[in-house]
Amino acid sequence: MSLLHIFFWFLTALALFSALMVIISKNPVHSVLWLIVVFFAISGHYILMNAQFLAIVNLIVYAGAIMVLFLFVIMLLNLNKQTEPQKHIWLKFSGIIAGGCFLLSVSNVIYNAQNTTLELSKKAVLMGEGNIGLIENLGKKLFTDYVIPFEISSVLFLSAMVGAVVIGKKN
Amino acid sequence: MTVLTIDWILLIEKLALIIIIIFASLGIALYTTFAERKVAAILQDRPGPNRAGPFGILQPLADGVKMFTKEEIIPTHANKWLFILGPGLAMVASLMTCAVIPWGGTIELFERKINLQVADVNIAILYIFAVVSLGIYGIMIGGWASNNKFSLMAVLRAASQAISYELAMGLSLIAVLMITGTLSLGEMVKQQQAGYWNIVYQPLGFLIFFICALAECNRTPFDLPEAESELNFGYHQEYSSMKLGFYLFAEYINMIMSSAVMATLYFGGYDIPFVDDAKLFTSIGNWAALIQVAVILTKIVIFIFVFMWIRWTIPRFRYDQLMNLGWKKMIPLALFNMLITAFIVLLKHNGWKF
Repeated sequence: MSLLHIFFWFLTALALFSALMVIISKNPVHSVLWLIVVFFAISGHYILMNAQFLAIVNLIVYAGAIMVLFLFVIMLLNLNKQTEPQKHIWLKFSGIIAGGCFLLSVSNVIYNAQNTTLELSKKAVLMGEGNIGLIENLGKKLFTDYVIPFEISSVLFLSAMVGAVVIGKKN
Repeated sequence: MTVLTIDWILLIEKLALIIIIIFASLGIALYTTFAERKVAAILQDRPGPNRAGPFGILQPLADGVKMFTKEEIIPTHANKWLFILGPGLAMVASLMTCAVIPWGGTIELFERKINLQVADVNIAILYIFAVVSLGIYGIMIGGWASNNKFSLMAVLRAASQAISYELAMGLSLIAVLMITGTLSLGEMVKQQQAGYWNIVYQPLGFLIFFICALAECNRTPFDLPEAESELNFGYHQEYSSMKLGFYLFAEYINMIMSSAVMATLYFGGYDIPFVDDAKLFTSIGNWAALIQVAVILTKIVIFIFVFMWIRWTIPRFRYDQLMNLGWKKMIPLALFNMLITAFIVLLKHNGWKF
């Protein structure tokens, strides 16, 4: 049991607990705040895996920007239990089935990863080593090997921005 | 279970450094409130606070005692836990920035080299950006939990203002990063010690960064979240006692931290102007590091004075003016600055050939 393991298990427990609280909380604002805690825990995991850039960008983009907008909308609409639309029972069932399928596929991937003969994939997680997550290596990889997917995703973002402007201009 | 392998001396050293820095920033913030009132008094041609102690020097302590001893009120329909969490978060977020700011060179104590920076991480500037974007939660949670429509309006204003100005701030930062080629603040200061300060290369970028820092700290002319003529008192209307004190205090700490970041990014950080720091270190040793700390503190004080000067000179913007400035002037300017910088950096890489 090293310090790394203690951090890992603490963050894992924190992430799972707060993810549960996101679903359980009655108040939408509480849900959003628990979701922010989840992002922090996951960023902690990224740091343990030496992916500092990913960790901090996760915080800036999700915890810092997107969740602020979520909170913004929830506060503006003043959502609470009374105004929440009642969901149909079938919707809940389909949600459970979809979530279950996802869980199944993820656990299958993890199970297979342990059984493969490849040396690298024997470890589920490379902790505290490897330097692909450092910003310099990541940037070089993105702009050489993965430049086409990178640029295509940037075009995707641009189209989303243009779409938002068009919708905003309509009124 | 084996004994945890931790460098205990390093841990103690860092802990001591953290405690010193936090108490120092709290102390400076305490006297910044006093300085604000004195500067306002001088600009408005009146004496200012002068009752407690000589020249009113004990005024902040008196204010602190007043804040602590006032009655604490939690409104009946407020969300109690979030109401308490809000000011705490605001305070934590504003203090978190000081972890990555280099406050000076290295000190040699008991044959150990102590770096006067708590964490020299290689993503320091992104860390600061993350903390700044988290700072808004303290205000949002507190304002929403008070269950008061004026607080809520102030919160919505604060959030939209922060998000709008973060964009321009980030774009002006990119230009600095392209010039220095690093995200580590310690490395940036070392580069500026060797060459010129970044303000020489990035005057426009600094101007944009400065204006955005004003907006992020909710300082005049961008203090719309606390526009008392429109919103009664702003997001902390329902707060009393030390919880209110925390909100007011967090604003001053934010000011100190953003001044420190500006000094580090654009004005050479702890670099002593017109002096070769390395030579000074060989001649007077540890004293050079202390001089460096004094130098960065001086730079911070100058910035804080400019913040106050602006506050007591310029009237507040109207809300649509604020948004127009942010989206239609600041962001295009920052983009322009970024493109020009990228062009020149590229030219320099190619040896000034097209």
